[in-house]
Amino acid sequence: MSDFTNSFWPIFITVISLAGVFGCALLLWLTSKIKANSPNGDNTNGHVWDENLREMNNPLPRWWVWMFIITIVFSLFYFVSYPSLGANPGKLGWTQAKQYEQEMAVANEKIAPLYAKYAAMPIDQLAGNKEAKAIGERLFMNNCAQCHGSDAHGSKGFPNLTDNDWIHGGSPEKITETITNGRIGMMPPMAAAVGNEEDVKNVANYVLSISGNKHDNARAALGKEKFAACAACHGADGKGNQAIGSLNLTDGIWLHGAGEEAIIKRINHGITNQMPAQSAKFSPEQIHVLTAYVWGLSNNANHQ
Amino acid sequence: MRSSNNLKASTNTDAPKEAAVIHLYAAAEKIYPRSTFGFFTKWRWAMIWLTQIVFYGTPWIEWGNRQALLFDLEAKRFYIFNLVLYPQDLIYLTAILIISALSLFLFTAIAGRLWCGYTCPQTVYTEIFLWIEAKIEGDRAARIKLDNAGLSSQKLIKKSSKHFVWIALSLWTGFTFVGYFSPIRELGSAVVNLGLGPWETFWIGFYGFATYGNAGFMREQVCKYMCPYARFQSAMFDDDTLIVTYDEARGEPRGSRSRKADLTNQNLGSCIDCSMCVQVCPTGIDIRKGLQYECIGCGACADVCDTVMDKMGYDRGLIKYSTQTAIVNGWSHTQMLKRIMRPRVMIYAAVLVLLVITLCTSLWLRDPFKVDVIRDRGVMARLAEGGMLENVYRLQIMNATESAQHYQLSATGLDGLECNRMY
Repeated sequence: MSDFTNSFWPIFITVISLAGVFGCALLLWLTSKIKANSPNGDNTNGHVWDENLREMNNPLPRWWVWMFIITIVFSLFYFVSYPSLGANPGKLGWTQAKQYEQEMAVANEKIAPLYAKYAAMPIDQLAGNKEAKAIGERLFMNNCAQCHGSDAHGSKGFPNLTDNDWIHGGSPEKITETITNGRIGMMPPMAAAVGNEEDVKNVANYVLSISGNKHDNARAALGKEKFAACAACHGADGKGNQAIGSLNLTDGIWLHGAGEEAIIKRINHGITNQMPAQSAKFSPEQIHVLTAYVWGLSNNANHQ
Repeated sequence: MRSSNNLKASTNTDAPKEAAVIHLYAAAEKIYPRSTFGFFTKWRWAMIWLTQIVFYGTPWIEWGNRQALLFDLEAKRFYIFNLVLYPQDLIYLTAILIISALSLFLFTAIAGRLWCGYTCPQTVYTEIFLWIEAKIEGDRAARIKLDNAGLSSQKLIKKSSKHFVWIALSLWTGFTFVGYFSPIRELGSAVVNLGLGPWETFWIGFYGFATYGNAGFMREQVCKYMCPYARFQSAMFDDDTLIVTYDEARGEPRGSRSRKADLTNQNLGSCIDCSMCVQVCPTGIDIRKGLQYECIGCGACADVCDTVMDKMGYDRGLIKYSTQTAIVNGWSHTQMLKRIMRPRVMIYAAVLVLLVITLCTSLWLRDPFKVDVIRDRGVMARLAEGGMLENVYRLQIMNATESAQHYQLSATGLDGLECNRMY
């Protein structure tokens, strides 16, 4: 299970490792004693500087040599046991990935009882649980806040999760479904169905009128008729349909930008918006806790 | 540095030369330091008592409802009496380390290896272990005799009781050490109830083993072969540094003589060549060969030599703290001590005082409120009700005090700026 790109490298590493260890052993053997070119017994090593300055031999204690030898022996055992000699996987079969998996298994086993407890609790009860909320917040901050913001208020294109305006439904079951499988929101370009450029502008003004925004009354009146093309999805009253994820146009919340210009753009070009599925990232129990956290964001009045 | 490593050629260079094999490793020779009494020994024991009372005692002091000195690594909080430090306060540790290093420079410049001789744990524990050893096995001569003697029940009893006391003290030391990191009272009851955690057990054992090994067996070998610090201290010496010195001019030529001998007609110095200075030396050197890197500056040889000089009726101070210049110029004690106030010492002292004042001021003015303001990276400015622009920030507030605090949040810098708290 080596990731070498070329058969040269395992050999290179093996040679360097073994040469290093045996080189150390050789060096140790060669330097354990020296031939001193000095008078017998005066304990100098024969090196002379500045005419008559000679170096005495201060031998290191012998246990020091043993430490070197132990290190060398250890490294040989290491070579055999662990993946160290090129592509050789080692007798113990250790890998980083395996160790990671083992640690994860231990960690999961440790938190399993906690999640089991949470899994048994209904969402509204769980949303009021302080500990679960803290876990949910951490999950949210690490995995959801990138798009929905750390305050969960979202931004253009990313829904606000705190305003009780649900695109696909705000019941615990629906939230779980959204997190698990993700969602794709699709509005086709409607310009052709609505009519000409003027018609589009009229419809946009009508849409502004039903949400109580500033609009041109005359254009709104003309646009009301053309809105029929939109009603198929957004409903005759423009209140949207959670079953198909069409937006409510009457509540003054603009996911893809407010104002006439932004609405015209959406009618002309449509939009596809996607929330990715999270099922691969989380266990069902984690999604349960996360659901409680998200549900609690807009139902927090009852649970604080 | 002047060292015995560099031995000047003596007369025997004329001897016939032949290649001899010398071994660069040799079995370490066991040293049996003889017990000493005297001025420096008293000082060392005073420092042993001081450092050990501080070390063994401090963890037991309570401060409010917690341990006064506790380094809680798990919670990353460091309690030092009424101060609570966090990893963010690492700068104070740096300052303390710099102050320690500078103090060392200062003391070493003044009087050599004071740290090694009087306060270093290696010296202190070796001294304690030696004291225990001397109590059980007797002094130097008795210990040498015991080691050379064959196995007997008496030897077995002496040796095993010595190791028992050593191990008990070592474990207590390990326990105290861990008590700085894990509340010592709870740790104590955990020991009694056999409820120690794996890490606590390991560190008590490890620190205990290190104490037992270093103070019981390694001793001077730690100073000679392992301590990097022992080696570089010599680089801080100068000619005016007080070091343990043998007064060669007065002592030589050495030789034994009768106590009543009249020296006027004999070619003899004050040194009676009794070898006491070698017998008491914890690193096993002969101070009469001059300053050597092994010398830890403990002054044991000075103490024992003074005793011998007293017995002989000679003046004390054949081996004493002196400086190179004082010996060469034959200065008096006062003249020598005047040189302590030299530029090197003054600069070390000035920088040290400045650093201590800075550290104290900085600790005094320390703001226990820490905050990180983090802009949401994924979310751009967004339109909010009333045509306002909204930006999201996450505040990480740290209260570095031990009591609850109330914080007020406000934003300034733009007209009509509002600050809404979300959580």
